[in-house]
Amino acid sequence: MPITVKIPAPLRPLTANQSEVVVEGATVQAAVDELSRKFPGLKERLLDDKGALRRYVNLFRNDEDIRGGQGLATALREGDRLTIVPAIAGGR
Amino acid sequence: MSRVVILGAGGLGCPAAMALLESGAPLEILLVDDDRVERSNLSRQVLFREQDVGQPKASTAARRLGGSTHFENIRFSVSNAATLLRGADVVLDATDNFETRFLANDACIVAGLPLVHGAALGWEGRLLTILPRRTACLRCFFEGPPPGAQPTCAEAGVASPLCGLVGAAMARAALQVLEGAPAAGVLQRWDGRTGAARPLALQRDPSCACGILSPCPSP
Repeated sequence: MPITVKIPAPLRPLTANQSEVVVEGATVQAAVDELSRKFPGLKERLLDDKGALRRYVNLFRNDEDIRGGQGLATALREGDRLTIVPAIAGGR
Repeated sequence: MSRVVILGAGGLGCPAAMALLESGAPLEILLVDDDRVERSNLSRQVLFREQDVGQPKASTAARRLGGSTHFENIRFSVSNAATLLRGADVVLDATDNFETRFLANDACIVAGLPLVHGAALGWEGRLLTILPRRTACLRCFFEGPPPGAQPTCAEAGVASPLCGLVGAAMARAALQVLEGAPAAGVLQRWDGRTGAARPLALQRDPSCACGILSPCPSP
């Protein structure tokens, strides 16, 4: 089932500057795997070497933080929006 | 008179300070920054002019702002955090590195001070008002800073108009805190290209240290 992934500015160099991409996946984990196949290097920015979500990255299914749900096992439905929100420091 | 401490007198700190002073609210501002003006700053750090290049940002900005604006040309650190925040009613984090941002978060949690967190990178702007022990803090959302050096505005670029937008929004958020009507707990995000705003409601993390830290007693 297709879902839309919102790509934040710091990660757009890895997605050919696309701000959103469409991938298939029944869970967040599946969507991240698909995203990683399409855009090499992205997975390392999202997950640590144990496959867990990095502590300075958040994923929201629609407007819900997946950490408050079932994490990477959170189920997705067609038309869902997965938003990647990494920490950014710029301001000066 | 309320006291506002602004950490960082750059792309966000300049417009935030200007908007606060222009609001007419009875307040004094303390600007804290150890950096000096560079020519590349001039497009977005709107209080500085060509002749300011090489001068300390905090004192230069304070002089240009006038009014009840004070300054410290020093870096916000563990050793001076409590002193700099003493007497503050609200703190604005307009810095540009994770270490200082998490320090500002932790210091405000310990001191029980409202914190307005602003950030801008590329075309993305962010704002989050944090009320200690009441709404999600920076560590509830991001457990800690990323390892290694991360891109700053100087390295990754930032859209100059976005700094004005986020800085003004930080000022508005600070005024809301001072008026007793803070809009806290929601991460505001702007796409500077489209103007779209995408708020995300944040939940406190029950395991975050912000829940167990107690405010320091007033000296």
